[in-house]
Amino acid sequence: MADELKDIVLNYVTKEYLEDDSEPLTYDTPLISGGIVDSFSMVSLKRFLENKCAISIPDDEATPEAFDSVNKIVSLVQRFAAKKG
Amino acid sequence: MSNIGSYDERVKNFSWTIAEKELGYKPGDVINIGWYCTDRICEQGKGSKVALHWEGHTGVEKTYTYNDIRLATNTIGAFLRGLGLKDGERVCLFMDRIPELYLGFLGILKIGAIAQPLFSAFGDESLFVRLSNAEASAVITQKKHAPKVRKILEKLPHIRHIIIVDHDGVAPLKDREVAFSLEKSAPVEHFDIHPTKAESASVLHYTSGTTGMPKGVKHVHYSLISQYLTAKWALDLREDDIYWCTADPGWVTGTSYGIIAPFAIGVTQCVLDAGFSAEAWYKWIEKRRVTMWYSAPTAIRSLMKAGDEIVKKFDLSSLRHLASVGEPLNSEAVVWSEKVFGMPFYDTYWQTETGSIVIGNYPGMEVRPGSMGKPFPGITGTVLDPVKNEPLPTYGKIGLVALKFDWPSRMRTYWNNEEAFQKKFRNGWYITGDRSKIDKDGYFWFAGRDDDIINTAGHLVSPFEVESALLEHPSVAESAVVSKPDPINLEVVKAFVTLKPGFAAGKDLDLEIMNFIRKKLSPLAMPQEIEFVPSLPKTRSGKIMRRILHAKEWGEEIGDTSTLEND
Repeated sequence: MADELKDIVLNYVTKEYLEDDSEPLTYDTPLISGGIVDSFSMVSLKRFLENKCAISIPDDEATPEAFDSVNKIVSLVQRFAAKKG
Repeated sequence: MSNIGSYDERVKNFSWTIAEKELGYKPGDVINIGWYCTDRICEQGKGSKVALHWEGHTGVEKTYTYNDIRLATNTIGAFLRGLGLKDGERVCLFMDRIPELYLGFLGILKIGAIAQPLFSAFGDESLFVRLSNAEASAVITQKKHAPKVRKILEKLPHIRHIIIVDHDGVAPLKDREVAFSLEKSAPVEHFDIHPTKAESASVLHYTSGTTGMPKGVKHVHYSLISQYLTAKWALDLREDDIYWCTADPGWVTGTSYGIIAPFAIGVTQCVLDAGFSAEAWYKWIEKRRVTMWYSAPTAIRSLMKAGDEIVKKFDLSSLRHLASVGEPLNSEAVVWSEKVFGMPFYDTYWQTETGSIVIGNYPGMEVRPGSMGKPFPGITGTVLDPVKNEPLPTYGKIGLVALKFDWPSRMRTYWNNEEAFQKKFRNGWYITGDRSKIDKDGYFWFAGRDDDIINTAGHLVSPFEVESALLEHPSVAESAVVSKPDPINLEVVKAFVTLKPGFAAGKDLDLEIMNFIRKKLSPLAMPQEIEFVPSLPKTRSGKIMRRILHAKEWGEEIGDTSTLEND
């Protein structure tokens, strides 16, 4: 489940936020501190996660630190998915 | 003792010749910002002083002395001239905050061309509108941003060169592209700097308007006089400061106070090209021993949100003075900064059009948390009665913030749009578009915009531009865009949308439209909320009444609805 989600998030970030000839992302590539996703774009990334995983992430939890890599995002999503379950 | 000393004394004895004398400028002389920011400092014997500490998001660091930036800007200037670029032509900078952005800006000015910096997160439509209006001859960019330029290149026949500063040879260069590597180029020791004069155009920054497309604000080399003196007096910038301006040079703060003023004063500047994180920012201040920090309310509120505990993990004792710009700084943020940093953020107020700080809180003057401060010495500011267009006779009444348009860094016109420029004046006053009141001691207190422009995180977004882009999405029939309150960004963009037949409102469509706008315009312009509605409020003549939607978002009185259709 986690691996599948990692790939879904990685593919989405690649498709939505990277230009065609950018360096490929890894699960640990810094997204926010690396300047790939800015704080405004985080809102649409959060919306994607909420839609895809049928969860709600409170604004207070949607911090730059929590969204800073695919691995961190997946941990956050799993936390809220577990709460929901 | 601060640079400004006594604000009241400065007001009494003020003349812009103070700055002219300090800079060794006399009316009629050649004045080139590129020279003032590099060669002049070297001629003062400070060529070995560090001008720029830069760090990228991967941790790569670069350090440049004043002699290094003199040579680098010569080298860039020589390269541009070699391509046939001449004085007066517009050269766009479309880059992240890498050294080539800062050095390229000054290199462009050295050949007498006009620098057009554009925010690197702009989407292709935002980019096209601005490049097209400016009729730019060249774009300096990175390989990661080149695809956006390529996408619109066919519609931009005046662009002769796309200069890629980090071409690695892996992918071939395309139509009109040329590679330039600062590091691999032989440094140019001697360079004939173009003899620009006070009124020669220097910078073209684009700003959003309520109606119509973004307008190019034209600045001139003489702006240096205001930028230099306001940085010294309002920001209290001193030659021995380690200075960090967090603004991106895609916006005016990033050029006026992120390039021109600090380098002209000869300070050591720090640039961190990374996204926001409280930990990374505090670490940067500690690492670089930053003494003067110029930031924005959105960033300050984000730091507040990160909490007080994290501040204690870092040694921030180097900080000497803090200032803020971009949107009103709320009193809570001022009080918080006094608590955690031991000093307040001094709010400053200005616009792309003003080119430099026009109202501010100054060192040594009492800071009234939440206030914009007082007009900079030499600047006459007031609040006008919106009907009579005369200064309000009594204190405490809200009116239009207006200025006598006579300081060196004021804009000279809107590019190719003199008509819009003239509309900015009433009864001899320049109308800023903001509303405020003045208290009995002369402090200005911000009360909001006088138009529909959205100020999100200190950046202006035009509802018209977002609505126009929304209509290009296949599902959107009509739209109305307004601001909604936001605890961090002050305001964010909200869109009300009616759909064409055959489309159904839903979470996936909502996200699709958000991303559509983000890529087309910019992340700032992306609606943070989309509300699908069956119809929009309109006047009987069919005009969408944004103010009704705005009032609902802000919990305000809706006001007169007598012209509302089907009410």
